[in-house]
Amino acid sequence: MDDDAVFKALADRSRRLLLDRLYRNNGQSLGDLCEGLSMSRQAVAKHLGILEEANLVAVQWAGREKLHFINPVPINQISERWIGKFELPRMRVLSDLKVALEKKPRK
Amino acid sequence: MASSFVYVTFIRTTPDKLWTALTEREFTEKYWFGAHLVSDWKTGSAWKIIMKDGRVADTGELLEIDPPRRMVIKWRNEFMPELKAEGYSRCVFDIEQMGDACKLTISHSIEKDHSKFVEAVSGGWPRILSNLKSLLETGKVALPDSP
Repeated sequence: MDDDAVFKALADRSRRLLLDRLYRNNGQSLGDLCEGLSMSRQAVAKHLGILEEANLVAVQWAGREKLHFINPVPINQISERWIGKFELPRMRVLSDLKVALEKKPRK
Repeated sequence: MASSFVYVTFIRTTPDKLWTALTEREFTEKYWFGAHLVSDWKTGSAWKIIMKDGRVADTGELLEIDPPRRMVIKWRNEFMPELKAEGYSRCVFDIEQMGDACKLTISHSIEKDHSKFVEAVSGGWPRILSNLKSLLETGKVALPDSP
């Protein structure tokens, strides 16, 4: 999948809000997602389409109902590319430091 | 209300290679934090995940298997009493060829509200799938160990 599509999809407050709502309550229909939002149903459908294109939302059919699920895999890949590989060695240094310091007898 | 998660990743590989990577030890050990799966991969067969340290992580049964396209697993955690108490979940793997890539969809659900089990696996799957994608596309994984 294309990182550009992921960043573009995330660069919009309404789309991030939709992802937040799916994070809180996964597997919602278009109707569920529209509830309590000031956006029109058409606008929500369009945003969901962009999120789906970027693979940030996965859809599954439950009978005639199309349900939307947040798909964290592309965000995880971005996180590993720019954060994980720096963060993990740092965490290891910290835990090694803790072990080393705690081994030393206190004065 | 059930708790469920759906994960999708696109991997530049063939359905056969992806299937092998999902089922064979020499692959799973590389991207699944050292774990391997034990089964004879037939409908109705038992199935389990053995962790790097030899403990049994999860057990269950293959409800449906259609290589290299689809696998449905009845899945229960074994090593955390709180998760084991929630009983069996259902995990579906679907592989669909799309041009030079495969779309892998994993949906994991349990008939329980606010399931702790689904919460626990939802932390693991994205990392496992990112590793799997890297392994098949580049031959390497980004984060070989479980943090």
